[in-house]
Amino acid sequence: MAKVSSSASLSGKPPVFEVAGDDAVKKARAELDAHTVEMMAWHFHPSTGCPFWLEEATKLPFDPLTDVRCFDDLKKFPPFEDEWLRGGPVRRWVPKGLADQPVFVFETGGTTGVPKSRYNSRDFRTDYEQFSATLPEQYFPKGANWLMLGPSGPRRLRLSIEHLAQFRGGICFCVDLDPRWVIKLIQKGWMEHLEAYKQHCIDQAITILEAGHDIRCMFTTPKLLEALALALEKKGTTIGKVGITGIFSGGTEFTPQWTRFAVEELLDGAFMTPTYGNTLMGLAASRPVVPADGYTIAYYAPQPRAVIEVVDFDNPDERVPYGGTGRVRLTTLTKETFIPGFLERDEGERELPYAKYPWDGISGVRPFRKLAATTTVGVY
Amino acid sequence: MHLPAWRFGKPYESLERDTLVHFLTGEPVAEVSQIGGALVGRDLQKAAQARAALLAIDPETIVERLQTAGNLYANGTVTLGDTKQSPEDFVKQQSATTGLPESLCRANMQKNMFVLSNMDRILDALSRGLDTKILWQGHGVEHRGVTVSYQPQSPVLGLVLPSNSPGVHTLWLPVIALGVGLVMKPGSQEPWTPYRMAAAMVEAGIPAEAISLYPGATDVGAGILAGCRRSMIFGSAKTVDQYRGNPGVQVHGPGFSKIILGDDCVDDWERHLDMMCESVAINSGRGCINASAIYASRHTKAIAEAVAARLGPIDVKPPDDPEAKLAAFTIPGAAKAIWGQIEGGLKDPGVTHATAPYGPRLVEGERCGWLRPTVAHCASPEPAIAKGEYMFPFVSVVECPQERMLDAIGPTLVCSAITHAAGFQDRLMSCTHIDRLNLGPIPTTKLDWLQPHEGNIIDFLYRSRALQLPATASA
Repeated sequence: MAKVSSSASLSGKPPVFEVAGDDAVKKARAELDAHTVEMMAWHFHPSTGCPFWLEEATKLPFDPLTDVRCFDDLKKFPPFEDEWLRGGPVRRWVPKGLADQPVFVFETGGTTGVPKSRYNSRDFRTDYEQFSATLPEQYFPKGANWLMLGPSGPRRLRLSIEHLAQFRGGICFCVDLDPRWVIKLIQKGWMEHLEAYKQHCIDQAITILEAGHDIRCMFTTPKLLEALALALEKKGTTIGKVGITGIFSGGTEFTPQWTRFAVEELLDGAFMTPTYGNTLMGLAASRPVVPADGYTIAYYAPQPRAVIEVVDFDNPDERVPYGGTGRVRLTTLTKETFIPGFLERDEGERELPYAKYPWDGISGVRPFRKLAATTTVGVY
Repeated sequence: MHLPAWRFGKPYESLERDTLVHFLTGEPVAEVSQIGGALVGRDLQKAAQARAALLAIDPETIVERLQTAGNLYANGTVTLGDTKQSPEDFVKQQSATTGLPESLCRANMQKNMFVLSNMDRILDALSRGLDTKILWQGHGVEHRGVTVSYQPQSPVLGLVLPSNSPGVHTLWLPVIALGVGLVMKPGSQEPWTPYRMAAAMVEAGIPAEAISLYPGATDVGAGILAGCRRSMIFGSAKTVDQYRGNPGVQVHGPGFSKIILGDDCVDDWERHLDMMCESVAINSGRGCINASAIYASRHTKAIAEAVAARLGPIDVKPPDDPEAKLAAFTIPGAAKAIWGQIEGGLKDPGVTHATAPYGPRLVEGERCGWLRPTVAHCASPEPAIAKGEYMFPFVSVVECPQERMLDAIGPTLVCSAITHAAGFQDRLMSCTHIDRLNLGPIPTTKLDWLQPHEGNIIDFLYRSRALQLPATASA
């Protein structure tokens, strides 16, 4: 069966958001090109680069220090293999220029086998501080306390959300969820256990929300948000009535329909901002999600620290036209981490630059069709 | 054409839609709104209103309206989403998205109408003559002067419906007449029957707020099972295993229905050839009540050859050909994959392919595939194929001594046993892994609607419990 999307970008209708002007786009591109050159100078200089890239540079048929003059020159690198991120030693990723900084390791995947890991020192804080600037004060007031209801453990989310709350002057209360166990429950078909585990998380969240902590902001996942809203409704209350005014959430199940349902029926006036992010990239903010735009959710990477491109399925060096469908290609360009042209496990539609983020975006993010059958999604 | 979700009678157009296409041409037939499991969960918090809406009408009137609905469903033009749908439209649309020949769509339509038209008799049989007002009030006095009480176990019945055979819908048709609402997830390729039935019921005066239709992905099914205290699900053997022992879920999976020829009758097997062929092949062999094995202690090779001679030549015909008997497998590659599995089984020791002389069984189309009737002969019950069941006319004719048969057949939804031997009949009656038992040459596919099917739906939806009232109140 063919799936149709009601995304405005595919409908042929004029965009209902403020498209970035040419000058802003050019300026952003120039900044990205300059940042790329700066990052090459850092990651490939013997005094500052990490052991992995310094060794890789010896195998390259070009010199990143001199032959990369703009972002598009990063295509000279061979495809980044995600297998490189599995296993140790993690210190091979730590740039010499940051060797004296504390090292965090954040993991992704890992239900079975060795998880992929990313070294972090301060990036997660920087990412969330920048993201903080995108949160509307009206719904995410400074000084407000937060609830983090979602995956913690080896993921970076717990520390990141806690830092976000603290950065904004609040305190973060946490309820943990172990996504690896959730995936196992699904794979084993233990649906009663899955339901019980979800309920266990929701019970804890409600206890905290009703304990007088004056929590007004929340991070959670779509599945947990649904469960929380329904559990509150059963108790005769709502997300809005327990005091939540702003919700920051993320996940590939963030479809326009789901968002519409949440806005119309679950949130009771609370504001929700979808995000797309992962351990490798950081956090992509969304442009405002509005009914007039068919609840299209379009994400914009935190350029120049990370870049999302929507590329041809067969030729990852070629971007698809605006509105076209392609695979997500991710480039990370921070002083801590350099990952060029990483092909993500997601696909979506290429979106026009937005006034606030004058570079390409992506909408309709969903699991990459060739991998979707083997991927367990929407689990938490 | 667009089919919106129905949230207890209120249409809901999703931003997300599936396009159903014609299995032969790929042309769009309809768009179906796709909703998520949480929306179901939210609606189900108000499920009690569905039953309340039904209880506001007396039970006799409900039955009369269901009979009217049956007539509308089979003969009328009803409003479906944004379109009017005639019976002929329905047949063409159902055939286009399921791959069923139109003649079979019409036959299933008649089956559903029959059940609705005879609802009063069916209820009387299933309830053993209970006055349905007792189900409305929760208690009453039986004709023999005894106080009885029936407690509903759920205000709605959740249904996760299949796409393979429109005939299965007969199972849930009595639910409304029992004062219980319907919460349905239609089959992704066959939304037609639940949508048309719901439309006909509402047009006949059944309260719209008693019916929900939630098309969507697997999370909708999970939402229904989690939110309804009583549900019915149709699925594979794996699904059956998953919900086995769950008192809130009635699972309908493969039937593994069988025909048994007793030693006293097997020499007359030729007299029963029509009955055997009908059991295997009617409705394109798609139903759980189609026979997947024939057991006998002798003459099995001759039986296999005779069944093969009747069914083997059946060929693929266009869906609108009145003589078309075979449904297509509309999922690309499905027919080929199933045939690969069967071919493997046919190579096992003791197995012979009786339909081999009638040409290739696998017919591949551009977008779909067909499997022509296949008969395997098994020299014993041991080969894996003897226990196979497939969604097309497939049967294994198994040689097995009569004294071993009941142990060998395994779980059997319908067993048609041809024997006059009292001892064997007694053993058949006591055999707990046979659900429906036909004693005599009755096709496995011929259902007496006055008999319960895979458990009595009233026992599933209601609990008969003790209720004691002061003498004056019970009088």
